[in-house]
Amino acid sequence: MLFAIFSLLSAAVFVTLDAVDVAFTEAAVGAGISTILMLATLAVTRTREERAHRLKPLAWVATVFTGAVLLYGTMDYPQVGDPTAPAHQHVAPRYIQQSGEEIGIPNVVTSVLASYRGYDTLGEVTVIFTAGIGVLCLLGPVITLFGKREKD
Amino acid sequence: MQHHVVLRIVCKLLIPLILLFALYVQFHGDYGPGGGFQAGVIFGAGFILYGIVFGLRSVQTVAPPPVVVMVSCAGVLLYALVGVAGPMMGGNYLDYSVLLDDPVAGQHLGIILIELGVGLTVASTMTALFYAFAERR
Repeated sequence: MLFAIFSLLSAAVFVTLDAVDVAFTEAAVGAGISTILMLATLAVTRTREERAHRLKPLAWVATVFTGAVLLYGTMDYPQVGDPTAPAHQHVAPRYIQQSGEEIGIPNVVTSVLASYRGYDTLGEVTVIFTAGIGVLCLLGPVITLFGKREKD
Repeated sequence: MQHHVVLRIVCKLLIPLILLFALYVQFHGDYGPGGGFQAGVIFGAGFILYGIVFGLRSVQTVAPPPVVVMVSCAGVLLYALVGVAGPMMGGNYLDYSVLLDDPVAGQHLGIILIELGVGLTVASTMTALFYAFAERR
């Protein structure tokens, strides 16, 4: 519930920041669907916590190593709001000034997402698809999706 | 599921509006805020609301799970195939300018198609996730 309220508030913040597209997503995903999925998870889990499994050293090392590499990767990023960052030098002005002629769509966000950054969006869709399939595999109903159901 | 009359009537009124709004967000994303992702989530939320109020069985007769999974695959495929259409017509991958004679119109067509792919995938993935959780009970 707190997450839902938080998402709704951040959606409002995004609206005041003029990021309407992000606010849309935040309100629908954060406040709507993730709350429902959270409640559904609560419904299928039991109230007692199972005793913690033994820590697996290899998993630990892999997790910490991946996290450290990711953190190291962020060090090359320019400071937040840095006007001399490469993205503000040539990419952003080009998108804002030329997208009207090149794409002919009033919403610059859409033309950046769908056309200039089409590869990224394809990747995102693939990630969503893969994540969905992964969850279906983990929860197990994929077999009943295609085979016959035993009951009903 | 005979009680909750108010809830059921309000949902019956709301769900068409939610789906219509999702379609508006989907196809008006070029001009206003929104796009495939947002529209897909709203569309999926409409189905989920129907499932919550009227039961899993009813929503699964409207959107059977195999169909939902196939639509999810079809969305990604549509996106990727629109990308492939670029090189087929002498451009780069995911370059929509070559799809039609007029580059700007080609961009329009490409964006509408790939947004449709995004919307299909997101909506059906959300619905499939809801099914996966709800079927565990």
